[in-house]
Amino acid sequence: MAGNYKLIGRDFLPPDVYGKVTGQARYAEDFRAEGMLFAKLLVSPMPHGRVRRLDVSRAQRMDGVVAILTPDDVPQVQPGQEPILAREPMYIGEPIAAVAAVDEATAAAAVETIQLDLQLLPFVTDPLDSLRPGGPDANTAGNVYLQGVRRIKWTARDFAAAGDDKLPLGEPAVEWSYGDVEAGFQQAALVLDETFVTQAISHHSMEPRTAMAYWQNGKCYLHASLQSVANAVPGIASLLGIRQEDLVLISENTGGGFGSKAGGYPQLAIPALLSRKAGGRPVMMRVTRLEEFYFGRCRAGFQGRVRIGFRSDGRITALDLYIVQSNGPYSGFGDYTNAAGAVSLVYQPLSMRFRGVSVLTNTPPRSAQRGPGENQIAAAMEPILDKAARQLGIDRVAIRRINAPRHDGRVGADRGPITSSYLPEALDIGAEKFGWEEQKKLSGTRRGSKVTGVGVGMAYHSAGSNGFDGLVVIKPDGKVYIHSGEGNLGTFSYAGTARVVAEVLGVPWEQCEVVWGSTARHLPWTSVQAGSNTSFTMSRAKYAAAVDAKRKLQEIAALDMGGSPDDYEADGGRVFHREDTTRSITFARAASRAIELGGKYSGFELPGDLNPMTVRSAQAVAGTGLVGVARDNLERNGTVPAFGVGFVRVEVDVETGKVDVVDYVGVADCGTVIHPHNLGNQVCGGAVQGFGLALFEKHVYDPQIAWPAARRLYTSKPPTYLDVPLEMRWDAVNQPDPANPIGAKGVGEPLMGAAAAAVACAVADALGGRPFNRIPITPDMVLNAAENRPQSFRPLEVNV
Amino acid sequence: MSEVETLEATQRAISRRAFIKRVIAAGAAVSSANYLFRGSFTGLAPRASAQGVERLISLKVNGMVRRVDVVKQETLAWTLRYKLGLTGTKLGCDRAECGNCTVLIDDVPHYSCSVLTHTVRDREVTTIEGLAGPGGRLHPVQQAFVDELGPQCGFCTPGQIMSTVALLKRNPNPTREEAAEALSGNLCRCGAYHYYLNSVMRAAEYMRG
Repeated sequence: MAGNYKLIGRDFLPPDVYGKVTGQARYAEDFRAEGMLFAKLLVSPMPHGRVRRLDVSRAQRMDGVVAILTPDDVPQVQPGQEPILAREPMYIGEPIAAVAAVDEATAAAAVETIQLDLQLLPFVTDPLDSLRPGGPDANTAGNVYLQGVRRIKWTARDFAAAGDDKLPLGEPAVEWSYGDVEAGFQQAALVLDETFVTQAISHHSMEPRTAMAYWQNGKCYLHASLQSVANAVPGIASLLGIRQEDLVLISENTGGGFGSKAGGYPQLAIPALLSRKAGGRPVMMRVTRLEEFYFGRCRAGFQGRVRIGFRSDGRITALDLYIVQSNGPYSGFGDYTNAAGAVSLVYQPLSMRFRGVSVLTNTPPRSAQRGPGENQIAAAMEPILDKAARQLGIDRVAIRRINAPRHDGRVGADRGPITSSYLPEALDIGAEKFGWEEQKKLSGTRRGSKVTGVGVGMAYHSAGSNGFDGLVVIKPDGKVYIHSGEGNLGTFSYAGTARVVAEVLGVPWEQCEVVWGSTARHLPWTSVQAGSNTSFTMSRAKYAAAVDAKRKLQEIAALDMGGSPDDYEADGGRVFHREDTTRSITFARAASRAIELGGKYSGFELPGDLNPMTVRSAQAVAGTGLVGVARDNLERNGTVPAFGVGFVRVEVDVETGKVDVVDYVGVADCGTVIHPHNLGNQVCGGAVQGFGLALFEKHVYDPQIAWPAARRLYTSKPPTYLDVPLEMRWDAVNQPDPANPIGAKGVGEPLMGAAAAAVACAVADALGGRPFNRIPITPDMVLNAAENRPQSFRPLEVNV
Repeated sequence: MSEVETLEATQRAISRRAFIKRVIAAGAAVSSANYLFRGSFTGLAPRASAQGVERLISLKVNGMVRRVDVVKQETLAWTLRYKLGLTGTKLGCDRAECGNCTVLIDDVPHYSCSVLTHTVRDREVTTIEGLAGPGGRLHPVQQAFVDELGPQCGFCTPGQIMSTVALLKRNPNPTREEAAEALSGNLCRCGAYHYYLNSVMRAAEYMRG
């Protein structure tokens, strides 16, 4: 498809926006069902323990209690896997038992009567404590996660060699390299060796992961807070031990996910299993803000060390990265390996080695959080890049530009290709829009107690996959129904990608209806709505279905009006002969003809390569109109990269330590822009989360009892209106990616990392340029730096 | 050290009793007994709560007088959401931290999670459902939030809109800074603040006509 679009690149109002401003948009807790029960949880008071006795008999006898669920009622799992209810809880707040009762107070009172005898087991919150010889293991089976639980201990010699302030370089779990790293360091004009810490932070989506479930006719109906709908079905069905077709998953709106609700999570099974025990009666499990902290997921923290060799022109000749990740108690997420991949792409080091180990900790389970790994490492690496720029006498944008990938950039250990990179252009656009040359003159200027700093940051995330299905139905009412299996977590991309169908079919958007939010509405097999995936991946799948529908329209036109299908074109909601436009039929008429013709035209014959879920959905809509259905078999040669760039000016109060972000410009390399207005909201909103990562948010645990101190919103400190600039600016490169029919790439994640990196750089810049090597940069750190005092903790300490 | 030795060492270092004492000293409680509501909701639950006695009261909500059974300790958010079917008022924290549940009481924004229903008798309660005009015509503030595409996930949007309505009633010409101040009790995890502020400024224009 050429770039001359009627809809792509133009603003529109997504269909769910009206519900969001009127209160009609329904989230999981907004559904009601006759006879609905409420569930409450018994959660672990210990960071690691073993249930010796769990007596629910008093609860069972209580008036109003209808069902109780204990670890005996749920499947056993392997070490490293997260159970639905834990017999050996691994973190404070982990669910052990659940009660469903006629009201919430009764359920809670019943939970209070449960007798729990929990034997305390060894626990750990700082990964380095667990790596020490004889150090505690978070899991009785081991202390490291890599495709299962293993045990790795470093030697006393490893720790002694590093001293207190540098990361020891003991045995890794993962290691890879390319090029000649030692030779790279020898060629370098400057070598930096920096130890850094990035702390864990919670997602704290505004909507806690409340869920409601009931059973009817052997099927489980589950109202859930999820980023993905179609893609979440296999996981949840497997949790419940049922067939995929016996799960009806409803998720029309989700109040934020940011990676924490990407797929099915074990706690979703609790109301469903309680309901099954209660004879199918509906059970609502309202998840509290505290519980959302406990099992609502968080971003993994890093303790890392990087050696970087620079040529005198700033080009990186060698890079040696080691990351110790705080993995949480279960399988966690591969932030540390993602971080290494990002470094290998964003800076194109001529040679590189990565080593890493993900250490189990008795802290809330980790999951992906917007730019998992890529964003922490951006905030850690970029201030170090600035340090090198200063020592080499190079401009800070220039040192990024000389290392940034072009289209021939390579990624990862195997130096795989990428589909496009407009990162250099994004830097140029940002520098121009921000006025970098002018604003950088403000560095270090002081007005009263406030010192100005400016910074630039870059971040990356892969932004596309392929192989999913599209499903569209043109019905005799003349409308095009675009079945969208993504979730709706607030990016509007479920609707943005649907615009591709209208574009291909040449149909006015008003004639289209997006069908989403429930598997009962017959959804095609769809990518997970995560990993900056949707725009690239699902615009392809929807394109494939639209092309199939268009072909069928052309064939029907040729059948009825003569000539060959290629003689016909679709536009304005009609199919017409290219040379004689009076020979035309409406979509409504074509839909009726498709029903008459049957077979492939109305969905009774289906392509052989569809996912079984798509087959079921297509069979369900068969006979209702012209059915366009296809798998995305388009080519994709390489990793699809999305890049974000941020420019920022901060004012650092050297008397209070407070940092004000006063000017921000974000730039996206997301290929062709589908929906400019919405992209702007993502660029700016992602930046706000980046400010939180760089300045405010962190997990802290009491090392004596592993008690989490940052559980609530006022202690987690997500940014408010008063923490962000009054005006934010943004732009996009808007150049097409060749691996997508409209040139689109996703971009959600790096928009956050770029901002976090830029802020970390700017705060350091205001105070003379020395990197803090730690995020968040809190007021106490700022004050110590401003007064040239040592920080109040060691460089590798966490929980501070 | 073997696993058993480590385990024993840990238990020597911190006995269960000492652990619990420390937890208590830390003022900590993991009990799920917080964040809960007593009482059934009309029509659905088969029986009233054993602990709470419901009383029939009249509330003025969105310009209508609504008769509703409430228990003494019931919060306005619960009454709205579970008894009056007004689920546009969202619960994000239930502890006056996030502002998702903001409603107007006599034109003043309040966190309805932290207002007892009994205290608002004889007062005018306005929720997001009460803003639209006849035939569903959007309130100018709602229209502005649509036109500026303010929401992302939308969960905090009703609260943001209610705070905006209250702001524009007392200050029809706010600066961007005043708007930020007025809405600062409404968290948005998507970080849509810039677009919400655009919405507020446009709403002020619409309201001025």
